[in-house]
Formats: sequence, C-alpha cells, structure tokens
Amino acid sequence: MLLLPAVIVLSAVVVVPLLLSLWSSFTPFRLTKPETVYQFIGIRNYQRIFGDLDFWIAFGRTVLLLTVALNLEMLIGLGLALLVDRQTRGQRLLRTILMFPMMFSPILVGFQFKFMFNDNVGLVNNALQSLGFTDKAIPWLIDGKLAFLAIAAAEIWSSTAVFAIFILAGLMAMPREPQEAARVDGCTPWQTFRYVTWPFLMPFAFIAMTIRSLDVARAYDIIKIMTDGGPAGRTEVLWTLIARTAYSDARMGMANAMSYVAILLSVAFTAYFFSKLGKARAQVAGDW
Amino acid sequence: MDANASARLKKRGSAWALNVALFISMLIICLPGLWIVLNSLRPTVEIMAKPPVWIPRELSFDAYVDMFSGVGQGGIPVISYFRNSVIIAVTSTIISLAIGMSGGYAFARYRFKGKSAWFLGLMLTRTVPGIALSLPLFFLYAKTGLIDTHAGMIIAYTALNVPFTIWLIDGFFRQVPRDLAEAAQIDGCTRWQAFWQVEFPLARPGIASAGIFAFLTSWNEFALASQLTRSTDSKTLPVGLLDYTAEFTIDWRGMCALAVVMIIPALLLTYAVQKHLVSGLTSGAIKG
Repeated sequence: MLLLPAVIVLSAVVVVPLLLSLWSSFTPFRLTKPETVYQFIGIRNYQRIFGDLDFWIAFGRTVLLLTVALNLEMLIGLGLALLVDRQTRGQRLLRTILMFPMMFSPILVGFQFKFMFNDNVGLVNNALQSLGFTDKAIPWLIDGKLAFLAIAAAEIWSSTAVFAIFILAGLMAMPREPQEAARVDGCTPWQTFRYVTWPFLMPFAFIAMTIRSLDVARAYDIIKIMTDGGPAGRTEVLWTLIARTAYSDARMGMANAMSYVAILLSVAFTAYFFSKLGKARAQVAGDW
Repeated sequence: MDANASARLKKRGSAWALNVALFISMLIICLPGLWIVLNSLRPTVEIMAKPPVWIPRELSFDAYVDMFSGVGQGGIPVISYFRNSVIIAVTSTIISLAIGMSGGYAFARYRFKGKSAWFLGLMLTRTVPGIALSLPLFFLYAKTGLIDTHAGMIIAYTALNVPFTIWLIDGFFRQVPRDLAEAAQIDGCTRWQAFWQVEFPLARPGIASAGIFAFLTSWNEFALASQLTRSTDSKTLPVGLLDYTAEFTIDWRGMCALAVVMIIPALLLTYAVQKHLVSGLTSGAIKG
C-alpha cells in the first residue's frame, strides 16, 4: 500500500516510456515522419547496429572506460581512505575536502576538465610549459588516446570521492582488536591488511560500487561537454552515439535499439555488484 | 642500537612520505575548483595570455555583475535559469521525499512477499541511462505538451529521485528501534500518530539528508534536461552552462562564474549533511 505512490510514479515515468521505446526499437521511427512508428520491421534495427563496426567500437570503448575508471576509483579511493584514516588530527577537515568532488555536477566536471586540458589556455599545458617539460601545446582533447585519458581523469576525479568516503566509514566502524591481534601474532602490515582489514571493508566498498554503478551513465554529461564524442568519433561512447542518432539524425527507432543495449549494460553492472555486495555481507556476518 | 636507530629513521621517513602523498592528493582534489573561482575573477585577456599569467594582476566581480544584470556577452538569462533550477529542484525534492518516506517506511517496517525483489526492481529503474530514458520521454512529452515546462521536469526528476530516497530513508527508519513506536501505540497512539510523534522526529536528520541528496541530483542533472527543455521557460543551470559555448569561441570567464554560482548551493548543502549521508547509506552494510 505504502509503496503505491512510488510504483505509480516509476511506472509512469520509467516503465511505460521504456515499453514505448522497446516497441519503437522494432520500427523505422523517425521524428520527422511520425507515422513510421506504426510500421513493424522486426529486429532489423538490431541487426543493423550489431553489424555496425562503429557501434561495436563505441560499445567496447564504453566498457573499457567503465572498467578502467571503476577499478582505478576503487584503488585510489582505498588509498585515500587509508591515508586519511591514519591521520590523528584534522580528520574532519580532510573528510570535508574529500567530499568536495561529489558536489560538482558531472556537467561542471566536464567543463572544468575541458578548461584545464585545453591545448591553448589550459592549466595542464601551461604548467607543463612553464616547468619546461615541453614547449609544444599537447592536443589533449583532440588526439583520440589523449582525450580518452583526459575523460578518464575527469571521471576518476569526480567519482573517487564516493569510494573514499564509504571505505573511510568502514575503517571508522571497524573494531581495532583484530588488527592488533594480527600484529601481535606477527603479521606483516600487508598480511594484516589483506586478511583482516580488507574482508571487513569489502561490504563498504561494494556499497560504493553499487551506488556508483546505479549511475554509470552519468559519464555521458562529462563526455558530452568535453569532446561530444569527437573529434570525428574518436571518443564516441554508447551514450553520445545514442544522442547523436536520436537527435541529430532523428533516427529514433535505431537510437532506441541502441539504448536498449546501453540499458542492459547498466543493469548488468548493477546486478553484478549487487550480488557481490550480498556475498561480502554474508561473509562478514559469518566471520563474526 | 644501530638497527633500532635505522628502523626509527625508516619509520619516520615513511610517515613523511605518506603525509606528502596525502597533501598532494588533497591538492589535486581542490585545485580544479580553485582554478575556476580564480578564473571567474580575472579578465578574459589574462586567461588567454601566452605565456600564462600565474599570479592574477587584477581581480574583479564583473563576470558576476554581467551575469545577473543579464547584459553580459550574449545576454544569457542566468536569472531565469536560476529560478527554473530552484523551482524544479525544490518541488521534485518535496514530492520525492513524500513518496520516499512512505516507500522507505514500508520497506523498513513491514514484511511482504517478494520484498527484496521489489527493492531491486525499484533500484533497477535508476540504472536506466538518462539519455536512453530521454528518447521515449521526449516523444511522450511532445505528445502531451509537457515538453519545456516545469511540470514535465519535476515529474521526471521525481521518478529519478524516488529509488534512492527510498533506499536512504529505509536505512534511517531501520535505525529507529521498532519498540519505540510499539510503546507509543500501547500508550494509546494510533499508528499514524506513533509515526509522526515518535519515529519521524528520530529519523528526521536522515530524511533531511535524503532530501538534500535528491535536491542535488535534480540541481545537477543534465542528460534529461538538455533534451526536455527548450527555452527560458524551463532551462536549468546545467543546460544554461552550454549557452556560453558559441560555435568557435567559449566565454571562459562567464562560464567559470556560472560554475561558481552552481556550486555554492551544492557545497553548503552537502557540507550540512555529510555525516548523516554516509551513516544512512552504510547502515545496511553489516546488518543487511
């Protein structure tokens, strides 16, 4: 009963539109020709995109970006949390600074990094030139590989905080006795971390992962403003490709077919971390 | 003795190295934000200067004055964007809090069939990438006339916020002992009274932070807003930021100033709730 409002809103705004888009992914729907939405063409859109090399490149790039970004975010977040945790003074201040990137909207992060990586007036190039590492303007956002790096850097900057905050919360909630016992028993710091601290932190890390994976597509905002998939499709990911197909080319049916692939990708990420979270929880509960 | 001294030296050395690492990472976190604030205060000539000007020669608030008087370069109507952003974010936050409270309470207090499946289902609606959702919404809104209206954006953002609000509020209600409400009911309260008099006040900080989280999501959202808004009637700040990017030139200073305007509310709000946010999200980590 109490869930009813939530279910109504979500079905009206998410489920019904998604059913609509599922239907239109089986039609040659174009915005300019509204009547085409009633024309059923089976799975031809899907056949077309699955046979399209550009689509697969964008898909692969999306998965690569997510894998690289999520793993690095986790590692850096863990490192930051450990660094902050061992400080005895000024922890409150440090934690506040740590939250800083979380407040930036992805669009702002994108803009900010676009500015910093700008080949002409950007902070990065200016710093490199002033310090004498290079005298050329490095085309950060124009070269495909460098642009990928710049985007990954922006993505990591904006989302590492989530991991750091949660892992830090885990470290603070953690009882100290097991660690001390391990040290007394002669564990090296690495062993203590690997076999005592990490298993305890795992649920916290996976909560961060789950929250993060709920919204992986947020990277669209960053990429949209930094490179918009360009130049010449060299940083195209699934989401920018969808936006381009739908709104610039007005091929809605095709774009909807692509977005189903994107939706399944997001769901797969979330479901994976959700199951991991369950396992990590069960393990911690079992050990206690 | 010698071994002792060298071990002590080594320990102090590694402590130093770790402190330096912490300092550098904090610097990297803060730098982009500070860079933007600085650039919003200096004239465009200085931003574009080659070789770069590191120490600003003159600071002025011109960009902010231009922005709010609406006569700046291109006359971007920042005031109406700001008003739209506030109206849309506040209204959708209030609605999603109401829905989230009833839903979260249901998850925290009642047993029903398929509870975890419902929970997962609600979360999965959140994973749908904004850009993928924008296609059918665009079509539906165009048909129903909701496109480019406050109401349309409010409905969309409410749906976006509900899953997460439910998750957070569920966690906070679980921290309130069930016995308290039961005791109140034994003393003659109705369930409704017990909720408002006993459970709600205890969960209030958590609910407030859920609200702020929802507000930030709406405040920062871009993928949906960029497609569902058209004019000054409903364009929000993140979309307005793009107005500063003309075909070949970018008004860096104006963009920086607008960015600062966008961040400040977010900054204050996040700072206000940081403690509750983390505790609410992790409360389920161990207990499940």
